[in-house]
Amino acid sequence: MGVFLRKQLRCLIFTGMTMLVAGIMTFINVTNVSAIEIQEVTSPGGIKALLVEDYSVPIISMSFSFKGGASQDKKGKEGTLRLTGALLDEGAGELDSKAFQARMEELGVELGFSASRDNFSANIRTLRSERESAFDLLKLALTKPRFDTDAIERMRDAIRMGIERGRTNPNSIASRAMREAVFKNHPYARNTSGNEESIGDISRSDIITMHKGILTRQALTVGVVGAISAEELITALDRIFGELPDTGAIHDVEEVAPSLGEKISINMQVPQAVVSLVYPGLKRSDPDFFAAHLMNHILGGGTFSSRLYQEVREKRGLAYSVASWISTYDHTAYLTASTSTRADNLDQTLSIIQAEIAKVAVEGVSEAELEAARKYVTGAYAINNLDTSTKISRVLVALQTQNLGIDYINTREAQIAAVTLDDVNRVARNLLSTEPTVVIVGPVDE
Amino acid sequence: MRLFLTSLAVLITLIMPAEVRSAENSERSAVSSYFLENGLQLVVIPDRRAPVVTHMIWYKAGSVEDPPGKSGIAHFLEHLMFKGTVKHEEGAFSNSVAEIGGEENAFTTADYTGYYQKIAPSALGKMMAFEADRMRNLVLSDAVVLPELEVILEERSQRVSSNPNAILSETAQAALFVHHPYGTPVIGWEHEIRSLTREDAISFYDKWYRPSNAVVIVAGDVEPDEVLELARATYGLIKAESEPLSRRTVIEPEPTVARSVSYSDPRVTTPSWRRSYLVPSYQKASPGEAEALDLLGGVLGGASTSRFHRKLVLESQISSSAGAYYQGAARDMTYFVVYGSPRGENDLGAVEQAIDAQIKTLLEEGVTEEELVRARQNILKSIIYAQDSQVTLARIYGSVLAMGGTISDVRDWTEKLNAVTVEDVDRVARKYLVMPRSVTSYLRPKG
Repeated sequence: MGVFLRKQLRCLIFTGMTMLVAGIMTFINVTNVSAIEIQEVTSPGGIKALLVEDYSVPIISMSFSFKGGASQDKKGKEGTLRLTGALLDEGAGELDSKAFQARMEELGVELGFSASRDNFSANIRTLRSERESAFDLLKLALTKPRFDTDAIERMRDAIRMGIERGRTNPNSIASRAMREAVFKNHPYARNTSGNEESIGDISRSDIITMHKGILTRQALTVGVVGAISAEELITALDRIFGELPDTGAIHDVEEVAPSLGEKISINMQVPQAVVSLVYPGLKRSDPDFFAAHLMNHILGGGTFSSRLYQEVREKRGLAYSVASWISTYDHTAYLTASTSTRADNLDQTLSIIQAEIAKVAVEGVSEAELEAARKYVTGAYAINNLDTSTKISRVLVALQTQNLGIDYINTREAQIAAVTLDDVNRVARNLLSTEPTVVIVGPVDE
Repeated sequence: MRLFLTSLAVLITLIMPAEVRSAENSERSAVSSYFLENGLQLVVIPDRRAPVVTHMIWYKAGSVEDPPGKSGIAHFLEHLMFKGTVKHEEGAFSNSVAEIGGEENAFTTADYTGYYQKIAPSALGKMMAFEADRMRNLVLSDAVVLPELEVILEERSQRVSSNPNAILSETAQAALFVHHPYGTPVIGWEHEIRSLTREDAISFYDKWYRPSNAVVIVAGDVEPDEVLELARATYGLIKAESEPLSRRTVIEPEPTVARSVSYSDPRVTTPSWRRSYLVPSYQKASPGEAEALDLLGGVLGGASTSRFHRKLVLESQISSSAGAYYQGAARDMTYFVVYGSPRGENDLGAVEQAIDAQIKTLLEEGVTEEELVRARQNILKSIIYAQDSQVTLARIYGSVLAMGGTISDVRDWTEKLNAVTVEDVDRVARKYLVMPRSVTSYLRPKG
């Protein structure tokens, strides 16, 4: 009784911050109703947050993030931040794991932590009526985690099982091989969960050091949406985050350009081969970011009309999912095109994808395609990012971490409108004329 | 950090209770429901927080309606619905969604097929016009049908053949339903998919895609009266069909034999164990039984304080994960699942033994009042959080109505959950968690 979707959207949604930010919003221009007002608040303790007050549902969603992600893991101890995050709701203060989880459940609090390469992020959702207790519990998790041995071992085993699962999954194998080829010795080459060896080598003191180094007030960014006033939030900010240390120990991560032009084939007896092609990308801070984003949308972005979708799936039925996306990080960016197809279609599919990419690089796109892409990218922001409190609170964090400015929502449409055909075709030429790194995992010769 | 299988049942049967709305001073308006003259049902759920609206159409036909030998046709047709109509060539509808930054997709399950667009409110009328048009005016040629059949085969390969867990689940499902079409995969068996034709798709379409067999849900920043006007001007123009339509009825016999299925695959790294018991769904159950099964699922699994997690993961540490859930959303019989994976040196046998022991204790001693209260609070909490997503609300109403339920089934759910007693939970546990009703699955690494 499974649910079957016409189209797989996974690749499009979970590719890091790019989609969140670039898919972003224009609720102001769409209609004249429901303008969302963003307030900037600062607590007496100096903690800043962006707030959207909304009382239509009696809940509060708070997102926050600390600069310094899994790229802070020490060499040989990869997975430390991920493991640390998994342990924050596994016991704090007087409450052991069982008691902490029971308290969360009693209050109806949802709390989650995640480690990306550049940031350590969290989200908490609470009913307005339970907010005081929920915030106290959050404070406890952030400032007094117990890191009990049995919880460490349990979470270590869970993460290890995930790493082992990845060893037989063609998609995981492909993305791991791709990262290693493209980033070599840079921290971005490493898996945020670590590897079989490193996960076993992380000690309790490594976890404590990581916790102290990352969870600091200086590295903090907060976004809040829901049934809470500015005054209430100001009090809550100091209460939750006030006791965190001011600064920590984050080391600088080097800029890195993806190393391209390699071909990697990994033989695996599976029904479908996974193919990924990696090209250079543009970072969020690049002035040509929207030109690259629009170009990618036309090539293989999120609709049924992209060139790759039309050529690979609609016209020839070679694959169920095919897409391209740009991944942006603090210190690099790259474009990936990817699909899965059965072995006897592999060569044909790969040459169609390469031909389409070459066509965009050499001939560029048309004004009509660009106009359609502009409209999509403009309108999609509100539709993708503003329909739940949690999505909006994450946007509020992204506005700050990506330096987009509090007025980004008003300026975004103009930035998109300003992108010309020449801009898009220049960016296409620059990014896509390169020889890509190609990774194939499937029934092929190594 | 918790690692649980999510219960689709919980997601799909969520509701918005009236008392929560008023108690917390929510500004949400009530849900409106209308029937057009041609029999189409329209439900409007206002959500004015952002200028976004979700428009969904649900057809009361799913893979259960696949004719014998034609498994997968409901799902294949779902793909073909994007191929254009008499009035609009292929791609026109999708382009019109894309040009305003909208999101669209479609889905097929055993019980229904749905299509949706998430768009700016100003585009709602246009979407309804397109959707109404493709209810009766689809045009299919072999030129578009044949490549799409290849797409479906790739989809099956990606979802099933590439996933050992899915390979085993498909067989376990077939073993659980010895007679009912729920035993046949929604996507279809590969050899039958290969034989599907344009004519098969057309005949399914002509029969099931009609106004009286459809529910339209509109959730978002809209006025119900205006939506009704738009619906009348689009869906309302479709002629009603005179010949009556009834869904396929197959009654699954009462099970008498415990079954087990096992599969080993080199791609499996962590073994896993799972047992499904045949139980009635919300649509099929006697009053109170489905709610009691849902709460039983919460007592045994689903949260960190549930029995299986507490006993197997935290205390004995036999399992890396263990849980239970009730898949309540179905038109006919459905299943209650218990599952677990071994940790460290333990094997599947140890997990099975530990879960068996837990079930034995449950059947002998029953659940406690405290456990019941906790399980209930967890569901009630999800109900409130569900209000934060117009898509979730639209799915809840759409799926319940498409399975033959009513708006009051959704509205009264909280009240019915509140009425469940410890005795009710103990009764359904003793009645349904018995071996002859079950299929046990063993998934192991190979080589």
